[in-house]
Amino acid sequence: MSRLKSSAYLDFIRIRFLTMLAYRVNYYSGILIYTLNIGVYYFTWKAIYGSEGELGGFNAIQMTTYIAVSWMARAFYFNNLDREISTDIRDGSIAIQFIRPYNYMLVKMMQGLGEGMFRFLLLMIPGMAVALLLYPIELPTAWSSWVGFLVMLFFSFLINSQINVITGIMAFFVENNEGMMRMKRVIVDLFSGLVVPISLFPGWLATVLEYLPFQAITYLPGSVFTGRVTGVGIWNVLGIQIVWFALLLIPMIWLYGLARRRLFVQGG
Amino acid sequence: MYYLGLIVEYLKNYMKTRLTYRADFWVEVISDLLFQATNLIFIFVIFMHTNSLGGWSENEVVFVYGFFMVPFGIFSCFINLWGFSERYIVKGEMDRIMTRPAHNLFQIFLENVDPPALIGSIIGIVIMAVSGSNLGLAVEWWTIPALIILTISAVAIYTGIYTTLTSLSFYSDAPTGILPLMYNIQSYGRYPVTIYNRAIQVLLTWIMPFAFVGIYPASLFLQREEMQRMAYLTPVMGIIFLAIGITAWNYGVKKYRGAGS
Repeated sequence: MSRLKSSAYLDFIRIRFLTMLAYRVNYYSGILIYTLNIGVYYFTWKAIYGSEGELGGFNAIQMTTYIAVSWMARAFYFNNLDREISTDIRDGSIAIQFIRPYNYMLVKMMQGLGEGMFRFLLLMIPGMAVALLLYPIELPTAWSSWVGFLVMLFFSFLINSQINVITGIMAFFVENNEGMMRMKRVIVDLFSGLVVPISLFPGWLATVLEYLPFQAITYLPGSVFTGRVTGVGIWNVLGIQIVWFALLLIPMIWLYGLARRRLFVQGG
Repeated sequence: MYYLGLIVEYLKNYMKTRLTYRADFWVEVISDLLFQATNLIFIFVIFMHTNSLGGWSENEVVFVYGFFMVPFGIFSCFINLWGFSERYIVKGEMDRIMTRPAHNLFQIFLENVDPPALIGSIIGIVIMAVSGSNLGLAVEWWTIPALIILTISAVAIYTGIYTTLTSLSFYSDAPTGILPLMYNIQSYGRYPVTIYNRAIQVLLTWIMPFAFVGIYPASLFLQREEMQRMAYLTPVMGIIFLAIGITAWNYGVKKYRGAGS
């Protein structure tokens, strides 16, 4: 990857950002629908809380905040890199991409980042503003929480994108990985704590999930941001995210190497 | 008869492509089931922490979910408009469809059949049977006919909504991201709609009537009197929304001028 100047990689971010901008009208509906998603979870949890004061370490306001922050984080970190890669593999255009003087996976990550920046500015921020108006959300006031959250959010993006790239590149080995991509989406949403905070899962499942990367995407940053985790705990969360980022590089690089050797083009 | 023959031919074709990607078939079945399991897990986790959700017990909520799975499985099997805009408009396959004699929407449905989705429907029936017997619900003479009519109506509602939304892509060639987002919203029609505020209730009942594919029809079997009137309305809503969908589609096709690529 040293064959290409790093500024060229920055161009991939810029180009994807501009491409997304061309289709921005679609994202107005996105804001509406994400807000609605938060709303429905808000009402469901409100009915569950009833008279309860606390569930799984969250009080009602913290739960609302957690849901809002988690969905809005998803608005940022979500991307379709898995689908893009498997499409490249299935229509054969990956062959040309492999010849070009760049690292294909790094390019994909850059494009994901371009999309992420677009989603951050045009989906997450406006969506959060709407959610703040509609639901009882309590955001932290200390600026350090915000800086910490933004750093963690970036790692959420990295880890989620790594999982996407790995899923996409699996198309080399199972030919049609449609089912695998769907399964990945379900697993990430459930096990990252987006649907249910992990502390509410039965004990054995919560323990299992502590050893998987998914909690680092949503649950851990969300816990910090809602004030459930404070002080030293914050550094632990960041540490876990960095460890998972580093660990996931291994299968990524390994699969990429295998794929380059195993390339066969199906039709096209 | 002509259309029936087409269905058979397309299914044969489907089997052939499937046999090429055999391992993937099972991954897809499992991923479908896992998706359903996610929602069940959510219900179970909720009821680990509470006894009732807006006055509905765990067995009742699970029963509603079981019902919800039946039409959803049939819908996912036969009507799959996911990625329509990318495949048919951006890549220009719509032109191919339109040169053929059979109705274009029907061809698109057939090209995208997904029989593994039907396994979800079967599991839905099992869930209904288990939670229904936990609740001591009796099988009456009308249970099976009502189940069939309500299922068909619910499939018609889904088809109407998704066809309407997909026909939007005839007006703009940008891929619309509405469909994937819609998949999130439809699940809320499974929960007792009374827990939501008025705006969301109205939305789920009259605008995107996903309450009619879950909670309302299921309440008929659960004998929840407050919602039975809505359950009877399900076929009417099915006819109305299917009509809107097909009208929007036919109108959109007339506007369609090709991708110009």
